Amino acid sequence: MNAHPAVHNGVGAVNPAAETRLGCRIQKRFAGQQNFAVDVAFEAAAGFTILFGASGAGKTTLLDCVAGLTRPDDGRIAIGDRAVFDSSSGVNLPVADRHVGYVFQNLALFPHMTAEQNVSYGLNHLRSDARRQRTTAMLQAFRIAHLSGRNVRDISGGERQRVALARTLVTDPQLLLLDEPLAALDSPTKSHIIDDLQQWNRTQGIPILYVTHSRDEVFALGESVIVLEAGRILRQGTPHEVMTAPLQETVAQLAGFENIFDAVVEAVSPDRGTMTCRLSGDGGSTSIETPLVRGGVGTAFRVGIRAGDILLATALPRALSARNIIPGRIVSLDQRDVMISARVQCAVEMEVHLTLAARDSLQLEVGREVWLVIKTHSCHLMQRAT
Amino acid sequence: MAIDWQTFWLTLQLAFAVSVLLLLLGLPIAYWIAFSSWRWKFLVQAIVALPLVLPPTVLGFYVLVALGPRSPLGRWSISLTGHTLAFTFSGLVIGSVIYSLPFAVQPFAASFAGVDRKLIAASATLGASSVRTFFRVIAPLSVPGLVTGAALSFAHTMGEFGVVLMVGGNIPGVTRTVSIDIYDRVQAADYAGANQTALALLILCFVLLMIVYGFHRKASVLNSVQ
Repeated sequence: MNAHPAVHNGVGAVNPAAETRLGCRIQKRFAGQQNFAVDVAFEAAAGFTILFGASGAGKTTLLDCVAGLTRPDDGRIAIGDRAVFDSSSGVNLPVADRHVGYVFQNLALFPHMTAEQNVSYGLNHLRSDARRQRTTAMLQAFRIAHLSGRNVRDISGGERQRVALARTLVTDPQLLLLDEPLAALDSPTKSHIIDDLQQWNRTQGIPILYVTHSRDEVFALGESVIVLEAGRILRQGTPHEVMTAPLQETVAQLAGFENIFDAVVEAVSPDRGTMTCRLSGDGGSTSIETPLVRGGVGTAFRVGIRAGDILLATALPRALSARNIIPGRIVSLDQRDVMISARVQCAVEMEVHLTLAARDSLQLEVGREVWLVIKTHSCHLMQRAT
Repeated sequence: MAIDWQTFWLTLQLAFAVSVLLLLLGLPIAYWIAFSSWRWKFLVQAIVALPLVLPPTVLGFYVLVALGPRSPLGRWSISLTGHTLAFTFSGLVIGSVIYSLPFAVQPFAASFAGVDRKLIAASATLGASSVRTFFRVIAPLSVPGLVTGAALSFAHTMGEFGVVLMVGGNIPGVTRTVSIDIYDRVQAADYAGANQTALALLILCFVLLMIVYGFHRKASVLNSVQ
């Protein structure tokens, strides 16, 4: 039916056309949605590019435009030197001709087929023996050969995920779109699948757009991160660049700062590379030392501190390199999974994460007087969201 | 007078022919209704639903006129066969197909529209044409709706009266269906014969609907496993 013009190499073979790039410039408005439009331009090299953002940021719309399921109003989408959409020259390849693999958030496995039938679905252009051979190789590469005859309704979530990936990858896509495909999985299953996926792409060298709102996945996978908000690219760079020193508060919230407070600069020490800021909250105010950023005395910032970066002491610590030691009182202790989230009231209320063992050995309980220990460089200054 | 089994045989033939034709004709119409984003689609939907509300005599009258010697269809039929389609079995089939169209198209379209759009999108991203997507994904997942549509048009044709009377008349072995037969018997005060025939038709239609709903139950049990 569909003769794929692309060269089909066997699973594991080295793709000679490695290092395909995706060039993408998209503008898309939606009827009836005045205040939302997607307007992005970016390039993605071979390997993982993470699309990071809250729900409603336009991540899925972006993927749908690249796959051809949604037609952009304007722009150009090119995979390597092959334009699949170009509003200026009227190019708009149908979905089936784009050779873009797409793994949907709900996987969209065909419920009336077995795992093997799902995986071989996209190989209709091959003769039946070649088709069987490639399907078997792919099932083995993704460790699901033992499931081939099972209906996809009767297998576990992680197995369904593997079937969905295998079904897409067996077609040798020139670009892979993954819409939070691992969101529903526990972390060991997730990291195994990610390993297999990275292994596979070492031989394929295609761009992979990976949508997630999980910070852990950004660091685990990302060579490059694009942060989307309200349909626009907010930041772009390596995970370290984008995630560790946010400039915009929205990025900070996404990047997992549990503690974000108002702060005003009290004193600046350019020679030391630090400054002192006053944090104000319901419980009064306190001074903290932060890294130096541009802005003189009196400048208002927001300061973000990760709950995992705060130490908790039951006696006043001495002879410590950390510059911020703040007294407070525990107001709540909640167990989350294998972690304790403590809320400590000082001038402001801070969230602190600690282990179960730490809680037990320090005999922490609500009402206990404690000291919060925060390194200068754990305090991230950012501009207020406008 | 006992049951005239010839009328039953003729009615079954008619219902079977109508169901098969409606499968062929109804599938593309239903597909279009389910997936088109044309802004005037509602007009087509209204036209398809018209036989649901129109008196069968009105529909039958227009079909009769359309098949008659003055219409292009009638003239074409005369040039081909020497007579018009009115008062023939073929004419009856045409009238019945139109009359039962919504009973086939609406369940078809509803089941097509119920197929997860992501499955259709997934099929396309895997390189499948829309024809392949239809036969491999949409149709297999719409089987309960297809069975319902076919069975409803079968049952509906079994029981029709007005259109048959207008288009077919009452020719034994050609256009005399069960419902016409019952009407005839009542007119002739043969209440016993009318009763037997009516009861036989009632049982037949009940069994048919029982099969449809039984099938649905099985299908819904299967789907709930998902």
